[in-house]
Amino acid sequence: MRGLVDKLSTKTIAQVEEQFETFQILNEEGEVVNESAMPDLSDEQLQELMRRMVYTRIWDQRAISLNRQGRLGFYAPTAGQEASQLGSHFALDKEDWILPGYRDIPQIVFHGLPLHQAFLWSRGHFGGSQFEEGLNIVVPQIIIGAQIVQTAGVALGLKRKKKDNIAITYTGDGGASQGDFYEGMNFAGAYNAPAVFIVQNNRFAISVPVEKQSAAKTIAQKAVAAGIEGIQVDGMDVLAVYKATQDARKRALAGEGPTLIETLTYRYGAHTMAGDDPTRYRTSDEDDEWAKKDPLIRFRKFLEGKKLWSEDKENEVVEQAKEEIKQAIKDADRTPKQNVTDLLGFMFENPPVNIREQLEEYTAKESK
Amino acid sequence: MGNWTMAQAITDAMRNELNKNEDVLVFGEDVGNNGGVFRVTEGLQKEFGEDRVFDTPLAESGIGGLAIGLALTGHRPVMEIQFFGFVFEVFDSVAGQMSRWRFRSGNTQTMPITVRSPFGGGVKTPEMHADSLEGLMAQTPGLKVVIPSNPYDAKGLLISAIRDNDPVVFLEHMKLYRSFRQDVPEEEYTIELGKADIKREGKDITIIAYGAMVQASMKAAEELAEAGFEAEVIDLMTVSPFDVETVIASVEKTNRAIVVQEAQKQAGIASQIVAEITERAILSLEAPVLRVTSPDTVYPFAAVEDAWLPNPAIIVEKAKEVINF
Ligand SMILES: Cc1ncc(C[n+]2csc(CCOP(=O)(O)OP(=O)(O)O)c2C)c(N)n1
Repeated sequence: MRGLVDKLSTKTIAQVEEQFETFQILNEEGEVVNESAMPDLSDEQLQELMRRMVYTRIWDQRAISLNRQGRLGFYAPTAGQEASQLGSHFALDKEDWILPGYRDIPQIVFHGLPLHQAFLWSRGHFGGSQFEEGLNIVVPQIIIGAQIVQTAGVALGLKRKKKDNIAITYTGDGGASQGDFYEGMNFAGAYNAPAVFIVQNNRFAISVPVEKQSAAKTIAQKAVAAGIEGIQVDGMDVLAVYKATQDARKRALAGEGPTLIETLTYRYGAHTMAGDDPTRYRTSDEDDEWAKKDPLIRFRKFLEGKKLWSEDKENEVVEQAKEEIKQAIKDADRTPKQNVTDLLGFMFENPPVNIREQLEEYTAKESK
Repeated sequence: MGNWTMAQAITDAMRNELNKNEDVLVFGEDVGNNGGVFRVTEGLQKEFGEDRVFDTPLAESGIGGLAIGLALTGHRPVMEIQFFGFVFEVFDSVAGQMSRWRFRSGNTQTMPITVRSPFGGGVKTPEMHADSLEGLMAQTPGLKVVIPSNPYDAKGLLISAIRDNDPVVFLEHMKLYRSFRQDVPEEEYTIELGKADIKREGKDITIIAYGAMVQASMKAAEELAEAGFEAEVIDLMTVSPFDVETVIASVEKTNRAIVVQEAQKQAGIASQIVAEITERAILSLEAPVLRVTSPDTVYPFAAVEDAWLPNPAIIVEKAKEVINF
């Protein structure tokens, strides 16, 4: 009897895994390998996608160097993940909600957060999270998984308010081990709420490899348990990520439920700039292997084949990025320092007695 | 005017707010068709529909996240945690997320959430149901913690909590749900959060209490009166941040105080109150401020609960100790 049960369950898992083959449009040479899945993007849109990826790569390099000079605060490098981050974001509407993790700053900047505010957030200044009215984002989440349950709530809220918008959230392969990951997908599924869950599988949660996170062969298959759609995508292929997200968004808005998208990607740099040393947990062979899959090289080849990209164009973007970053740092530097009085003022709408007293105390101290 | 139990008064407060504001939503485990395990949401789903009053999947962290997301999209969630002993499953949402959201967003996003939950001892629940965990909440800046002691206050306080634009943890003592009735106006009224109420005036000692311990303290005050001592009983109602002004004014009048809480001595609210009294009114004191609390064990199994919880006799004893110091 036991043998029979074992056999049955093994078979079922194998069957499930089969459904989650990696979705790809462009191979490493920038050749289209899945013509029928090609998204309908204009030449300008294709160029804009490339522009954003190049811009973000430069920004990442600058941010790392600014961090080393002590001119930025907390920073989680993004190089390698551009296709995953910007391809998925490109499929969104301006009014869609983004619930980012700490590494998902490019998406919220291209959603409308001014760059100098991103730098303020990095420095731990509240000016970085004073979002303009109508910019539908939340402060990047540090508690892994919290953004995922919150996404179910935003998605249900959008559905209740009859908005034609979705809520999208991002986490990593480590995040997919959290209880909140399951609760969030399960809630969104149960309410048929317009949510898209993106797991950027960059192979490591700080130092722990994805193979040690779970016995599941893919993260995408975890959607099965929640009864929602799941898909694994080549996360170095910007067109595939875009297309998968666009489809998920359409399905969500058509009332067909949430989707879990696993993007297979890699972070070239350290986990964060706070002393992480990737050579302790991965080999240079592995790094080289993934460098060959680079989303920028691949997409550049594709665009050059269509005469849509050139060295000049790329240099233009690089210069523009450097200029804007310089300006944004200046703007961030000019922002007045925050003080304890500000913080006390942000605790409640109507400050209770303890806050009132402490406000008085700090106002006196800090207005000197 | 209805002659209502506290459970009915709480239902009525939610009904009032559901009626008043489309954006108010009531949700949690079993709160819909079943009306909640204590029947506190009885009839609300029938009246307002499944869109406004609904059951959630069985996952507390999910419920907390749902509330946060709904608040971000313009709703006023009233979420129920079936028993407050289960707050640990949703601790991040409550103490880590909604409490600090206004601050994190530089005052641009708010969390108008009410977290309702039954708690409290003396009703012989299984483990992890009755614990007085308000101290954990009270130690969290950005949360208001409200604990009513009777039907009238419960209604007015809950309406205020739902209308508050900041998160409020509203704790309902299980023993008070149906142990007595009180006249409660059917019309709406509010009781300001952060204000204490003097439930009995007196000149010889101040007894500071909240929740079920208000009843116990009132009984103790009667006994003390028979012995010739007039105790002033303060019901904190909002236990965090608490109404330090009312407490200090009373202590300056009576020169003596005890603080009564159901929670263990090392938990709860009492220590904070003693500290404030010491800082602000030490020269008015004729005796140390003592605490009446449960002992510092884990919450006990049901059969020993009654011996473990504070009661009027112990309050009288402690009060006399302070008076005769
Ligand atoms: C609840 C929680 N536990 C632990 C941490 C500490 N921590 C920060 S990032 C991280 C690894 C996350 O890995 P993953 O989800 O794969 O995302 P990645 O950083 O690779 O993008 C850990 C353990 C945290 N921030 N939150």
